[in-house]
Amino acid sequence: MTAPLLQLRNITKRFGGMVATNDLSLDVHAGEVHALIGPNGAGKTTLICQIMGELRSNSGSMTFDGVNLQPLSPPRRARLGIGRTFQITQLLGEDTVLDNVAMAVQAGLGHSFHFWRDARKNAALLTPARAALEAVGLLPRAAMRVADLAHGERKQLELAVALALKPRLLVLDEPMAGLGPAESEAMTQILAGLKSQVAMLLVEHDMDAVFALADRITVLVYGAAIASGTPQQIRQDPRVLAAYLSEEMV
Amino acid sequence: MSETLTHSRARQMALPWLGMLLLFAVPFIVQGLGIPSLLGLATRIAIAALAAASLNVLLGYGGLVSFGHAAYYGLGAYTVGILNAQFVSGDLLFGIIPGTNQLWFTLPAAMLVSGLVAVCLGALCLRTSGVQFIMITLAFAQMIYFLFISLKAYGGDDGLLMRRPNIAPFINLHNSAHMYYLAVVCLIAYVLFCGRLMRSRFGRVIAGQRQSERRMVALGIQTYPYKLLAFVLAGMGAGLAGALTANYAHFVSPDLMHWTQSGDLLIMVVIGGAGRLWGPLLGAAVLIVLETMLSGWTQYWQIIMGPILVLVALYSPQLHRRLDLSA
Repeated sequence: MTAPLLQLRNITKRFGGMVATNDLSLDVHAGEVHALIGPNGAGKTTLICQIMGELRSNSGSMTFDGVNLQPLSPPRRARLGIGRTFQITQLLGEDTVLDNVAMAVQAGLGHSFHFWRDARKNAALLTPARAALEAVGLLPRAAMRVADLAHGERKQLELAVALALKPRLLVLDEPMAGLGPAESEAMTQILAGLKSQVAMLLVEHDMDAVFALADRITVLVYGAAIASGTPQQIRQDPRVLAAYLSEEMV
Repeated sequence: MSETLTHSRARQMALPWLGMLLLFAVPFIVQGLGIPSLLGLATRIAIAALAAASLNVLLGYGGLVSFGHAAYYGLGAYTVGILNAQFVSGDLLFGIIPGTNQLWFTLPAAMLVSGLVAVCLGALCLRTSGVQFIMITLAFAQMIYFLFISLKAYGGDDGLLMRRPNIAPFINLHNSAHMYYLAVVCLIAYVLFCGRLMRSRFGRVIAGQRQSERRMVALGIQTYPYKLLAFVLAGMGAGLAGALTANYAHFVSPDLMHWTQSGDLLIMVVIGGAGRLWGPLLGAAVLIVLETMLSGWTQYWQIIMGPILVLVALYSPQLHRRLDLSA
């Protein structure tokens, strides 16, 4: 078996006396969708912040494609190829949909110390940006201001922005949160279409989406992984049923 | 809708050109009106607009509320003043730098000095954000203010007189029209430069970090060096404005760096609409004309000015959007 793309070993994060992430180990392999589920407060978003570098881990090791992530700043980690979507969308609200994706393309092209050419007329930025919008079905909205978008469209735009970076790993923080059933279904379709191209670490509450997409599932409770395995194994794991799934799966 | 869009775009394109034409026509207009003293007012407005335009880079486009921008304005002015004083006395500054009254040396020198100080202070200030950034920029500016108060060799708090303005081939700054055109050309060049800059990839990063720093980080962009460069370009613009004001007034004093001066610049940017290319010119014109009119009418003019500024702050939607106060 090849080495995992993202490898977490014995990661711990404490906030004072509270242990938010407890001795957690987890692998995401290339081309794989690894879902992270768990009740509210299980530490899923904390873990994402640790992976992205917004929070420092107290102990444990974290490598991405063999590179030690721990000493790297958040922007450095992003540049290694870890794309990320936010649970609460973080977009450039005054700019257009196309501007937002073009900014991601620009970030992927290296430094932005270019002072003369009009970025909004630069085909090197706009063509890949349009392609990323096409991939999530947002191209018809390209000229709209983000502030005028519906919630579901912003979630799609989050994904398009992350994709425009051409990441090797997508860290998705509840991409279905706040979406209606039809929108969730559409988002699941989009993610399913991306499955072979990019590895994903998917944090999600929508169990239909998780079981439709995930190759492997880790269940997080109080910051610790209580189970990890294929969707089939997780469905039948008595500890998982007791801790979390019972109420939703019955 | 597309019709109104093209219409408004055509208007957007035409307005700056008409405005610039108007700026160049001002000396003839005041001549025609028979009130040549108005040209001095117009010159003051142009210089203040340049300083405000440089602050607009930070405040309007970058969302960085620098409350110490007058420091760079004052440093530019003192560069001209001190170089002139050394020229008159014939002594070398720091034992190595000869004084000069050559405009084409003093203007770049003023920008250089302001830019260098902006590199140093910006590097420290930009490690903070929000209210801390406001306070630390204010603190450094006040430090520089008091430094010049205590600088007795160059007049201390009495300031420094320049017997004559700088000289340059074909330019006679005693001539008020020459002084006006110099200020207006500097203003237009700087504003057009900013406009170009803000549409570039660099400008997109500056606008992006204003709207969501977290987003930029997730894209792998370390915003600090971009913000620092913006801080330096803004400082240099203010330095140029300071150099012009020294030549206009033939006098520099620490008052140019006082925090109320920084406040005036902030007000100009806000009145004109933060993040609008020509907003600072509008803001400078409104503030200086109001100040001149009201203070000519009553010595208690600030009682009227205050409420006007409160209304501007309350009803300036750009301010709220740019600074993201509602979020």
